[in-house]
Amino acid sequence: MGIGGGTILIPALVIFLNIEQHIAQGINLVFFIPTAITALIVHIKNKSVCLKTTFQIVLWGITGAVLGAHIAVSIPAFILKRMFGIFLFFMGCYEILKGVKTKTGEG
Amino acid sequence: MNFLKTLIIGILAGVVNGLFGSGGGVIIVPALTALFAMEQYKAHATAIAIILPITIVSSFFYIQGKYIDVKIAIFAAIGGIIGGFIGAVFLKKIPSNILRIAFGIFMLIAAVRMVI
Repeated sequence: MGIGGGTILIPALVIFLNIEQHIAQGINLVFFIPTAITALIVHIKNKSVCLKTTFQIVLWGITGAVLGAHIAVSIPAFILKRMFGIFLFFMGCYEILKGVKTKTGEG
Repeated sequence: MNFLKTLIIGILAGVVNGLFGSGGGVIIVPALTALFAMEQYKAHATAIAIILPITIVSSFFYIQGKYIDVKIAIFAAIGGIIGGFIGAVFLKKIPSNILRIAFGIFMLIAAVRMVI
């Protein structure tokens, strides 16, 4: 369906299990790796992956990740939690908007 | 132009993934369909190929900062597998637009709780 698991898993871990924001995000990162590898094997076999675009974007993506992860581990959990909350708010609005726009059963 | 597009998408998705430990796909999938005229299923598959190495790099920083708790990660993984099965069986029966709205509402409530 394409809804990122992290936008559900991270707030669930933080709110219901009282897990620290950084740790919840770390869990989601590690959690993604095996899932993505399994999915990628299937997608590459089906030739669904555009490798040229992947290589073009991935280098900048890694640069961004170094920057983003560096900021995340350098700031206290309560600030990161609030920033995540603001990010989540926009993601939530996006999901609702998309749900309202698409017809039943699509996408 | 193409160079600029890849730069902006890459940096943005990377920063979001590193900073929030999630959410790269929300940027990459719509960007690939809108800016690269990619079909939905290809955009989805390509996004995973882009996010995987990004996630590995981000994870490295979180491990260094001792923010990866192996025990909780194992529990979450077991929960994820069970959840995946439940999802595959039951979520198919619920129209995806209804699910989107339901998840969206959960996200908004969670967002408010996290900010306040």
